Amino acid sequence: MNSTTITSPVLAARGIRKSYGRGTARFDALDGVSLEVYAGQSIAIVGKSGSGKSTLMHLLALLDSPDAGEVMVGDTDAKELSVKQVNRMRNEDFGFVFQQFFLNPNATVLDNVVLPLTIAGVAAGERKARGMAALQQLELDDKAKNMAVNLSGGQKQRVVIARALVNNPKVIFADEPTGNLDTMTGALVEDILFSLNKDKGITLVIVTHDPELAARCDRQIFIRDGREVGSLDNAGAAA
Amino acid sequence: MKTLDIIGTAVDNTFRSKLRTTLTVVAIFIGAFTLTLTSAIGTGVSNYLDIQLASVGTTDVLSISQTAEDAPDLGDGPLRYDPTRATADGVPSPEAGFSTGVLTESDLDAIGNTRGIRDVNAVVSLTASYIEYDAKGKFQVAISENAELTKADLAAGEQLTPSDNNQILLPASYLETLGLGAAEAAIGKVVTIGIANYDGAMHEVHATVTGVQNLTLLGAGVRLNQALTNELFAAQTDGEPTAYERGYFLASAHFDPTSNDDQVAAIKADLASQGYTAQTLADQIGVFQTILTGIVAVLNGFGLIALLAAAFGIINTLLMSVQERTREIGLMKAMGMGGGRVYALFSVEAIFIGFLGSALGALAAIGAGSIISNVLANTVLADLQGLQVLQFAPGQVAGIILLVMVIAFLASTLPARRAARQNPIDALRYE
Ligand SMILES: Nc1ncnc2c1ncn2[C@@H]1O[C@H](COP(=O)(O)OP(=O)(O)O)[C@@H](O)[C@H]1O
Ligand SMILES: [Mg+2]
Repeated sequence: MNSTTITSPVLAARGIRKSYGRGTARFDALDGVSLEVYAGQSIAIVGKSGSGKSTLMHLLALLDSPDAGEVMVGDTDAKELSVKQVNRMRNEDFGFVFQQFFLNPNATVLDNVVLPLTIAGVAAGERKARGMAALQQLELDDKAKNMAVNLSGGQKQRVVIARALVNNPKVIFADEPTGNLDTMTGALVEDILFSLNKDKGITLVIVTHDPELAARCDRQIFIRDGREVGSLDNAGAAA
Repeated sequence: MKTLDIIGTAVDNTFRSKLRTTLTVVAIFIGAFTLTLTSAIGTGVSNYLDIQLASVGTTDVLSISQTAEDAPDLGDGPLRYDPTRATADGVPSPEAGFSTGVLTESDLDAIGNTRGIRDVNAVVSLTASYIEYDAKGKFQVAISENAELTKADLAAGEQLTPSDNNQILLPASYLETLGLGAAEAAIGKVVTIGIANYDGAMHEVHATVTGVQNLTLLGAGVRLNQALTNELFAAQTDGEPTAYERGYFLASAHFDPTSNDDQVAAIKADLASQGYTAQTLADQIGVFQTILTGIVAVLNGFGLIALLAAAFGIINTLLMSVQERTREIGLMKAMGMGGGRVYALFSVEAIFIGFLGSALGALAAIGAGSIISNVLANTVLADLQGLQVLQFAPGQVAGIILLVMVIAFLASTLPARRAARQNPIDALRYE
């Protein structure tokens, strides 16, 4: 995985700041962070709880905009993108694994997985085919018609990953993807993510406070109190 | 998101909280039910009047009366006495040479000479004592005045003609009592009418039954042709003092049946300038229609008030729904769903709830209304053939459903806006 060469980054943050609240209640969640994410790379954002990792990820994923600094998408400043373009990008180029599963418990596993395609306006037939393919990849195709509520935690997280990759994204953002799972299942989910990175060249942006997971990434960024406090390139990062 | 997917998702969401949806639907149901029934009453009665007018109304007859003097307003004192305008309201007054509240022979001449009028006859009040057939017993008899205005709604036989022979049309209800048997059998039979003259002496007049009529709103008595009317009137007034100046409340005049609306209006205007009020049957029914429209509008108002209350139910339901689905909305927005589509999702949900409530309400109203209407038609209103009190016009029912859907859409604006404006991050962090 040596794609950190001459190519320009797919995503970059330049001195971004983000604060919540106003006046005395004002809290600086991010206080000038810069980083670059290259295509095909796996990058870990590491730090303690409350250090600003999720906030950074949300900004990189164009879910929010920074108070200061720039988020660059390729060569474009995200500020210059229209709402429509941003929506399209999140819908087609990004896949999301959030801290919680965010599955619709009353819908089938398949319906949950194809949600990004439904939003994109893909026809029902194609939706089903692509959804089943994604489920197959995660060995969940036999659960397609089950209600999401009836799955175990590990199965739910695999459904979430299937949902994140159903649109063939360029980048998958994963916020504490193993946080809610036991060690065994967590390891399994990690394997799935890194195999996606390796086999399909999907860029990974993983938020974690788990050093072992972080160590498997090509690059680690350490965050403390909203500031970058170091980074580590794992030349020999193994899957 | 495709429109079809939005509709599908919205419909699914509607059924997620069944109790809440049901309660909201019930509120709409009540409003739509009421509105459907009240407008069906309007349609039913109005159609009945129209049908009556079309089937039995004549188009070449005017009823003419003296134009009423301005009555004093309520609370004003009485008007000053004016000997030339004095009238013993309706009662012919021998002293006053003529009386302006009623029509005199000279009025009839004036009306007859008006351009466009072919003939004019006073509508006389006949008080016959009895009717009898074949010495099978004497029975009281009610005579329809101004029968000229309408054609009879016939069960058998034919309409009256301007023949010189005495003709009579009997209501179907008279046949058995009089011993005339079935409707067809009664045609051509001769009945005897007894009428007292001025001094109380009984005259007997004979008439041939030419037809049997169904009972309608527009007159339940026997109908006489002009020849019979004249003979009975002659008998009734036999022996009156000769100096007596006779007055009539009403006259009926024929005009050319091919006259168009403008020509009829011209005739009426001409008569109005001479101090007479002339009305066709359509004009008279128009007055009923206006009153009816007013009543139905008030009834519909109640239905609309119920719907207004239901609209707040929809707002409430959707607000709760938005609240409950905060995280779901956040996720969809994070995955690139535009605000407009989120808005549409909740609007469609409201519209669907509106559709559900109004369609069920309308269906129930049609079911209940048809039963009520049939029961009434067979009992209380059995004598009024053709009156279906409740009539459901497909266009009207569709209009009500559509109206409710529009109301539901308007009710959805506040919650749907709230959902559409949600920030995905806040929504995803929402516990
Ligand atoms: N919407 C918000 N309003 C106020 N404070 C917030 C909000 N979102 C995050 N924060 C605060 O910002 C800090 C960083 O949050 P976050 O990025 O979620 O941290 P991490 O993911 O590293 O645990 C935390 O102290 C958190 O309480
Ligand atoms: Mg976090």
